[in-house]
Amino acid sequence: MIPGPFSYHRPTTVADAVKLLSTLGDDARPLAGGHSLVPMMKLRLATPEHLIDLHDIAGLKGVTRDGNNVLIGAMTTQHELLASEVIAKSIPVLHEAALLIADPQVRYRGTVGGNVANGDPGNDMPALMLTLGAAYRLEGPNGVRKVAAADYYQGAYFTAIEAGEILTSISIPVPAAGHGHAYEKLKRKVGDYATAAAAVVLTMSGGKVETCAIGLTNLSETPLLADAAAKAVIGTSLDAASLKKAAAAAQAIMAPAADARGPVEYRKHVGGIMVMRALQRAAAKAA
Amino acid sequence: MAKTHVTMKVNGAEVEGLVEPRTLLVHFIRENLQMTGTHIGCETTHCGACTVDIDGMSVKSCTMFAVQANGSDITTIEGVANADGSLSALQEGFRMMHGLQCGFCTPGMIMRAQRLLKENPKPSEEEIRIGISGNICRCTGYQNIVKAIQYAAAKINGVEFREAAE
Repeated sequence: MIPGPFSYHRPTTVADAVKLLSTLGDDARPLAGGHSLVPMMKLRLATPEHLIDLHDIAGLKGVTRDGNNVLIGAMTTQHELLASEVIAKSIPVLHEAALLIADPQVRYRGTVGGNVANGDPGNDMPALMLTLGAAYRLEGPNGVRKVAAADYYQGAYFTAIEAGEILTSISIPVPAAGHGHAYEKLKRKVGDYATAAAAVVLTMSGGKVETCAIGLTNLSETPLLADAAAKAVIGTSLDAASLKKAAAAAQAIMAPAADARGPVEYRKHVGGIMVMRALQRAAAKAA
Repeated sequence: MAKTHVTMKVNGAEVEGLVEPRTLLVHFIRENLQMTGTHIGCETTHCGACTVDIDGMSVKSCTMFAVQANGSDITTIEGVANADGSLSALQEGFRMMHGLQCGFCTPGMIMRAQRLLKENPKPSEEEIRIGISGNICRCTGYQNIVKAIQYAAAKINGVEFREAAE
């Protein structure tokens, strides 16, 4: 399988990359790790005439702690995310989730920025970013703007990113010390996208849930924040009835596609189970 | 489409070539460099048969363009034997433990296992299985591949290899 022809550009600054993207218009695509785009190009589902490779732009890589936020450069690979002590210490749920993405080879190349920017409903990081209340830094011809992850996803492969813009970094508020977390992902095999997955970040106080956020992967055209489900468990000790209530509230907003991963009813059913398991595991980890 | 001049180090030797931007690295290695040890299996980033080592990373060479590898340091299966031509610890492990049947996945398995052992010289069985989870074998059921990697790890660490009881 050979992709269609294209011109290859390798800018060394964000400004040059933005200029190329703005000038070349719809025929140009930024290239990060390439592990979504290149397979699409080989299948000729994507036929960009220009690729703007972001690998030579200094400063797009790395994980740093900045006060109460963790900043992740868009070109940080999943492999580098897994190696980051800042992530392991401050936002361990991202470490847990990155291990469930694709396979070792793909993680050496695949980037966190590409994973969140693309708008693929199967990608895992977007639901995590919703759960954590992250924001994306977008740089474009009209300057820099910050968009909350919660406002970024509009449909499958359809996002708030405008022509000429590049997602350059992700900012995540560090969850409270002693928080509990879990990412439960049901998949058919290693490397597969989720049949259904749920992310939970919560805090407990006196055996009861104090705060809670729940995100869902691949259960709709976009990642979902299951607000009603999270509200349903606040103040509870996650007894069986509360867990069921949360699962039902999450299922009410699920609208998965019927595909090789199963019919709609099945995916909603296991989606509810992922929510319950993630809640229980997160609570067990909370201090 | 205009061709681009690329240079890279492959198995210690400087190589160069003219490629279209759309030329995949695996095609450059197999067709331009005539090194056919790196296999093309699924062509969809799943099977790992095309795995090579690029600047210290295991990469599926069917999912990267040759122009992107410009200036990089690459090792393929042709470059893993010892300097005197004898088998590397991993090659010997695959031979001694019958880590292959048809052999199609073997170059990718060995390239991946080599990087795994560099990063983690004493992997547990589970770590080996996770470490090679991006490589598919349709013959062995993986049992003997895991043993082959355990054999190599033991040899590299200078300890006697003992097969785990089944």
